[in-house]
Amino acid sequence: MADVVMGKDKCGEQRLVSLPLSRIRVIMKSSPEVSSINQEALVLTAKATELFVQYLATYSYRHGSGKEKKALTYSDLSNTAEESETFQFLADILPKKILASKYLKMLKEKREEEEEENNNDESEDDEVES
Amino acid sequence: MAERPEDLNLPNAVITRIIKEALPDGVNISKEARSAISRAASVFVLYATSCANNFAMKGKRKTLNASDVLSAMEEMEFQRFVTPLKEALEAYRREQKGKKEASEQKKKDKDKKTDSEEQDKSRDEDNDEDEERLEEEEHNEEEEVDN
Repeated sequence: MADVVMGKDKCGEQRLVSLPLSRIRVIMKSSPEVSSINQEALVLTAKATELFVQYLATYSYRHGSGKEKKALTYSDLSNTAEESETFQFLADILPKKILASKYLKMLKEKREEEEEENNNDESEDDEVES
Repeated sequence: MAERPEDLNLPNAVITRIIKEALPDGVNISKEARSAISRAASVFVLYATSCANNFAMKGKRKTLNASDVLSAMEEMEFQRFVTPLKEALEAYRREQKGKKEASEQKKKDKDKKTDSEEQDKSRDEDNDEDEERLEEEEHNEEEEVDN
Protein backbone atom coordinates (compact mmCIF):
# COMPACT_ATOMS: atom_id res chain seq x y z
CA MET A 1 0.00 0.00 0.00
CA ALA A 2 1.43 3.37 -0.90
CA ASP A 3 1.76 5.23 2.37
CA VAL A 4 2.53 8.84 2.89
CA VAL A 5 5.14 8.04 5.49
CA MET A 6 6.76 11.37 6.09
CA GLY A 7 7.20 13.68 8.97
CA LYS A 8 8.80 16.97 9.66
CA ASP A 9 12.30 16.61 8.35
CA LYS A 10 15.46 18.38 9.48
CA CYS A 11 14.93 21.40 7.24
CA GLY A 12 11.56 21.90 8.94
CA GLU A 13 9.54 21.16 5.85
CA GLN A 14 6.07 20.13 6.94
CA ARG A 15 4.90 16.80 5.61
CA LEU A 16 1.41 15.60 6.13
CA VAL A 17 1.57 12.50 8.31
CA SER A 18 4.37 10.45 9.92
CA LEU A 19 2.50 7.41 11.14
CA PRO A 20 2.07 4.59 8.62
CA LEU A 21 -1.43 4.62 7.21
CA SER A 22 -1.49 0.86 6.69
CA ARG A 23 -0.96 0.23 10.40
CA ILE A 24 -3.57 2.82 11.39
CA ARG A 25 -5.99 1.11 9.03
CA VAL A 26 -5.36 -2.29 10.64
CA ILE A 27 -6.15 -0.90 14.07
CA MET A 28 -9.28 0.86 12.81
CA LYS A 29 -10.55 -2.25 11.08
CA SER A 30 -10.15 -4.30 14.24
CA SER A 31 -13.00 -2.25 15.68
CA PRO A 32 -16.28 -4.16 15.44
CA GLU A 33 -19.04 -2.81 13.20
CA VAL A 34 -16.68 -0.76 11.08
CA SER A 35 -17.28 -1.62 7.43
CA SER A 36 -15.13 0.73 5.42
CA ILE A 37 -12.97 3.75 5.90
CA ASN A 38 -12.58 6.49 3.36
CA GLN A 39 -9.04 7.66 2.62
CA GLU A 40 -9.57 11.12 4.11
CA ALA A 41 -10.86 9.61 7.35
CA LEU A 42 -7.75 7.44 7.48
CA VAL A 43 -5.41 10.40 6.99
CA LEU A 44 -7.25 12.47 9.61
CA THR A 45 -7.19 9.64 12.14
CA ALA A 46 -3.46 9.23 11.64
CA LYS A 47 -2.93 12.96 12.04
CA ALA A 48 -5.17 13.08 15.11
CA THR A 49 -3.15 10.26 16.65
CA GLU A 50 0.03 12.27 16.18
CA LEU A 51 -1.57 15.29 17.82
CA PHE A 52 -2.69 13.01 20.62
CA VAL A 53 0.81 11.66 21.21
CA GLN A 54 2.17 15.21 21.36
CA TYR A 55 -0.56 16.33 23.73
CA LEU A 56 -0.25 13.33 26.07
CA ALA A 57 3.53 13.73 26.24
CA THR A 58 3.57 17.47 26.88
CA TYR A 59 0.66 17.39 29.31
CA SER A 60 2.22 14.60 31.35
CA TYR A 61 5.58 16.33 31.34
CA ARG A 62 4.18 19.65 32.50
CA HIS A 63 2.05 18.13 35.26
CA GLY A 64 4.74 15.68 36.20
CA SER A 65 6.76 15.28 39.33
CA GLY A 66 9.09 17.99 40.47
CA LYS A 67 11.90 20.20 39.37
CA GLU A 68 14.29 17.47 38.27
CA LYS A 69 12.06 17.07 35.27
CA LYS A 70 14.61 16.25 32.67
CA ALA A 71 12.72 13.06 31.98
CA LEU A 72 9.26 11.82 31.20
CA THR A 73 8.47 8.72 33.22
CA TYR A 74 5.74 6.10 33.28
CA SER A 75 4.31 7.48 36.52
CA ASP A 76 3.86 10.90 34.87
CA LEU A 77 1.65 9.19 32.33
CA SER A 78 -0.34 7.12 34.79
CA ASN A 79 -0.91 10.20 36.92
CA THR A 80 -2.29 11.97 33.89
CA ALA A 81 -4.64 9.08 33.15
CA GLU A 82 -5.93 9.14 36.68
CA GLU A 83 -6.20 12.86 37.25
CA SER A 84 -7.25 14.33 33.93
CA GLU A 85 -10.79 13.82 32.71
CA THR A 86 -9.72 14.09 29.11
CA PHE A 87 -7.30 11.20 29.48
CA GLN A 88 -9.46 9.10 31.71
CA PHE A 89 -10.11 6.55 28.96
CA LEU A 90 -6.47 5.53 29.41
CA ALA A 91 -6.81 4.69 33.10
CA ASP A 92 -7.12 0.94 32.52
CA ILE A 93 -4.08 0.63 30.31
CA LEU A 94 -1.90 2.98 32.35
CA PRO A 95 -2.49 1.70 35.86
CA LYS A 96 -0.60 3.16 38.75
CA LYS A 97 2.15 0.99 39.99
CA ILE A 98 2.47 0.09 43.62
CA LEU A 99 4.97 -1.97 45.54
CA ALA A 100 4.04 -5.63 45.89
CA SER A 101 4.28 -5.36 49.67
CA LYS A 102 1.79 -2.50 49.64
CA TYR A 103 -0.58 -4.46 47.45
CA LEU A 104 -0.47 -7.50 49.71
CA LYS A 105 -1.14 -5.26 52.68
CA MET A 106 -4.16 -3.80 50.89
CA LEU A 107 -5.47 -7.29 50.14
CA LYS A 108 -5.07 -8.28 53.75
CA GLU A 109 -6.91 -5.21 55.00
CA LYS A 110 -9.71 -5.79 52.55
CA ARG A 111 -10.10 -9.38 53.68
CA GLU A 112 -10.23 -8.28 57.30
CA GLU A 113 -12.93 -5.76 56.49
CA GLU A 114 -15.03 -8.38 54.78
CA GLU A 115 -14.68 -10.75 57.69
CA GLU A 116 -15.85 -8.08 60.05
CA GLU A 117 -18.91 -7.42 57.97
CA ASN A 118 -19.78 -11.09 57.93
CA ASN A 119 -19.50 -11.28 61.70
CA ASN A 120 -21.79 -8.29 62.11
CA ASP A 121 -24.39 -9.84 59.81
CA GLU A 122 -24.43 -13.03 61.83
CA SER A 123 -24.96 -11.21 65.10
CA GLU A 124 -27.81 -9.18 63.56
CA ASP A 125 -29.56 -12.39 62.57
CA ASP A 126 -29.29 -13.60 66.15
CA GLU A 127 -30.90 -10.41 67.38
CA VAL A 128 -33.77 -10.70 64.91
CA GLU A 129 -34.45 -14.25 65.92
CA SER A 130 -34.73 -13.43 69.55
CA MET B 1 -9.21 -11.38 10.16
CA ALA B 2 -6.75 -12.51 12.79
CA GLU B 3 -4.42 -9.72 13.78
CA ARG B 4 -1.09 -10.48 15.32
CA PRO B 5 -0.51 -8.41 18.47
CA GLU B 6 2.30 -6.38 16.91
CA ASP B 7 0.02 -5.24 14.11
CA LEU B 8 -2.00 -3.24 16.57
CA ASN B 9 1.08 -1.33 17.68
CA LEU B 10 2.54 1.72 16.05
CA PRO B 11 6.22 1.81 15.07
CA ASN B 12 8.48 2.77 17.98
CA ALA B 13 10.77 4.96 15.93
CA VAL B 14 7.99 7.21 14.70
CA ILE B 15 6.33 7.46 18.11
CA THR B 16 9.66 8.35 19.71
CA ARG B 17 10.32 11.04 17.14
CA ILE B 18 6.91 12.63 17.66
CA ILE B 19 7.43 12.67 21.44
CA LYS B 20 10.92 14.12 21.17
CA GLU B 21 9.78 16.89 18.86
CA ALA B 22 6.97 17.79 21.26
CA LEU B 23 9.08 17.95 24.41
CA PRO B 24 11.80 20.50 25.21
CA ASP B 25 15.34 19.68 24.13
CA GLY B 26 17.31 17.40 26.38
CA VAL B 27 14.33 15.72 28.03
CA ASN B 28 14.66 11.95 28.23
CA ILE B 29 11.86 9.52 27.80
CA SER B 30 12.06 6.23 29.65
CA LYS B 31 11.47 3.11 27.60
CA GLU B 32 8.46 2.36 29.75
CA ALA B 33 7.01 5.78 29.13
CA ARG B 34 7.50 5.46 25.40
CA SER B 35 5.88 2.04 25.32
CA ALA B 36 2.99 3.36 27.41
CA ILE B 37 2.43 6.27 25.02
CA SER B 38 2.48 3.88 22.09
CA ARG B 39 -0.21 1.73 23.69
CA ALA B 40 -2.20 4.83 24.54
CA ALA B 41 -2.02 5.89 20.89
CA SER B 42 -3.44 2.55 19.74
CA VAL B 43 -6.25 2.85 22.26
CA PHE B 44 -6.87 6.37 21.01
CA VAL B 45 -7.27 5.09 17.45
CA LEU B 46 -9.79 2.49 18.60
CA TYR B 47 -11.72 4.98 20.67
CA ALA B 48 -11.75 7.54 17.84
CA THR B 49 -12.82 4.93 15.31
CA SER B 50 -15.65 3.68 17.45
CA CYS B 51 -16.82 7.22 18.07
CA ALA B 52 -16.55 8.20 14.40
CA ASN B 53 -18.43 5.08 13.45
CA ASN B 54 -21.34 6.14 15.62
CA PHE B 55 -21.60 9.34 13.63
CA ALA B 56 -21.46 7.42 10.36
CA MET B 57 -24.22 5.10 11.52
CA LYS B 58 -26.31 8.09 12.60
CA GLY B 59 -25.94 9.38 9.06
CA LYS B 60 -26.92 5.93 7.75
CA ARG B 61 -23.56 5.52 6.07
CA LYS B 62 -21.32 2.49 6.05
CA THR B 63 -18.14 4.33 5.23
CA LEU B 64 -16.35 6.49 7.76
CA ASN B 65 -15.55 9.88 6.34
CA ALA B 66 -13.58 12.97 7.36
CA SER B 67 -16.48 14.73 9.07
CA ASP B 68 -17.15 11.64 11.20
CA VAL B 69 -13.59 11.81 12.48
CA LEU B 70 -13.89 15.54 13.21
CA SER B 71 -17.16 15.01 15.06
CA ALA B 72 -15.53 12.22 17.04
CA MET B 73 -12.75 14.57 18.19
CA GLU B 74 -15.29 17.01 19.57
CA GLU B 75 -17.19 14.20 21.26
CA MET B 76 -14.00 12.91 22.88
CA GLU B 77 -13.21 16.40 24.15
CA PHE B 78 -10.24 16.93 21.88
CA GLN B 79 -11.66 20.10 20.34
CA ARG B 80 -8.14 21.50 20.25
CA PHE B 81 -7.39 19.04 17.44
CA VAL B 82 -10.22 20.19 15.20
CA THR B 83 -8.54 23.26 13.67
CA PRO B 84 -5.19 21.61 12.87
CA LEU B 85 -7.09 18.63 11.48
CA LYS B 86 -9.16 20.82 9.21
CA GLU B 87 -5.97 22.43 7.95
CA ALA B 88 -4.42 19.03 7.35
CA LEU B 89 -7.52 17.97 5.46
CA GLU B 90 -7.31 20.96 3.18
CA ALA B 91 -3.63 20.39 2.56
CA TYR B 92 -4.35 16.74 1.77
CA ARG B 93 -7.11 17.67 -0.67
CA ARG B 94 -4.87 20.15 -2.43
CA GLU B 95 -2.15 17.55 -2.66
CA GLN B 96 -4.53 15.00 -4.13
CA LYS B 97 -5.78 17.52 -6.63
CA GLY B 98 -2.20 18.36 -7.58
CA LYS B 99 -1.33 14.69 -8.00
CA LYS B 100 -4.36 14.11 -10.18
CA GLU B 101 -3.52 17.04 -12.39
CA ALA B 102 0.11 15.95 -12.56
CA SER B 103 -0.78 12.45 -13.66
CA GLU B 104 -3.20 13.77 -16.25
CA GLN B 105 -0.46 16.06 -17.54
CA LYS B 106 1.95 13.14 -17.57
CA LYS B 107 -0.49 11.15 -19.65
CA LYS B 108 -0.80 13.96 -22.14
CA ASP B 109 2.97 14.28 -22.30
CA LYS B 110 3.32 10.55 -22.77
CA ASP B 111 0.94 10.55 -25.72
CA LYS B 112 2.88 13.41 -27.27
CA LYS B 113 6.16 11.62 -26.61
CA THR B 114 5.05 8.40 -28.26
CA ASP B 115 4.36 10.35 -31.44
CA SER B 116 7.72 12.08 -31.45
CA GLU B 117 9.51 8.88 -30.39
CA GLU B 118 8.48 7.24 -33.62
CA GLN B 119 10.01 10.14 -35.55
CA ASP B 120 13.21 9.93 -33.47
CA LYS B 121 13.46 6.21 -34.08
CA SER B 122 13.68 6.58 -37.83
CA ARG B 123 16.26 9.36 -37.36
CA ASP B 124 18.34 7.10 -35.10
CA GLU B 125 18.40 4.34 -37.66
CA ASP B 126 19.88 6.76 -40.17
CA ASN B 127 22.57 7.74 -37.67
CA ASP B 128 23.50 4.12 -37.04
CA GLU B 129 24.03 3.54 -40.72
CA ASP B 130 26.30 6.58 -40.87
CA GLU B 131 28.36 5.29 -37.93
CA GLU B 132 28.87 1.94 -39.55
CA ARG B 133 30.10 3.60 -42.69
CA LEU B 134 32.55 5.72 -40.69
CA GLU B 135 33.99 2.66 -38.96
CA GLU B 136 34.54 0.92 -42.22
CA GLU B 137 36.43 3.90 -43.57
CA GLU B 138 38.71 4.04 -40.53
CA HIS B 139 39.39 0.36 -40.84
CA ASN B 140 40.37 0.83 -44.45
CA GLU B 141 42.73 3.65 -43.55
CA GLU B 142 44.53 1.44 -41.05
CA GLU B 143 45.04 -1.24 -43.57
CA GLU B 144 46.61 1.21 -45.93
CA VAL B 145 48.99 2.40 -43.25
CA ASP B 146 50.11 -1.10 -42.52
CA ASN B 147 50.85 -1.74 -46.15
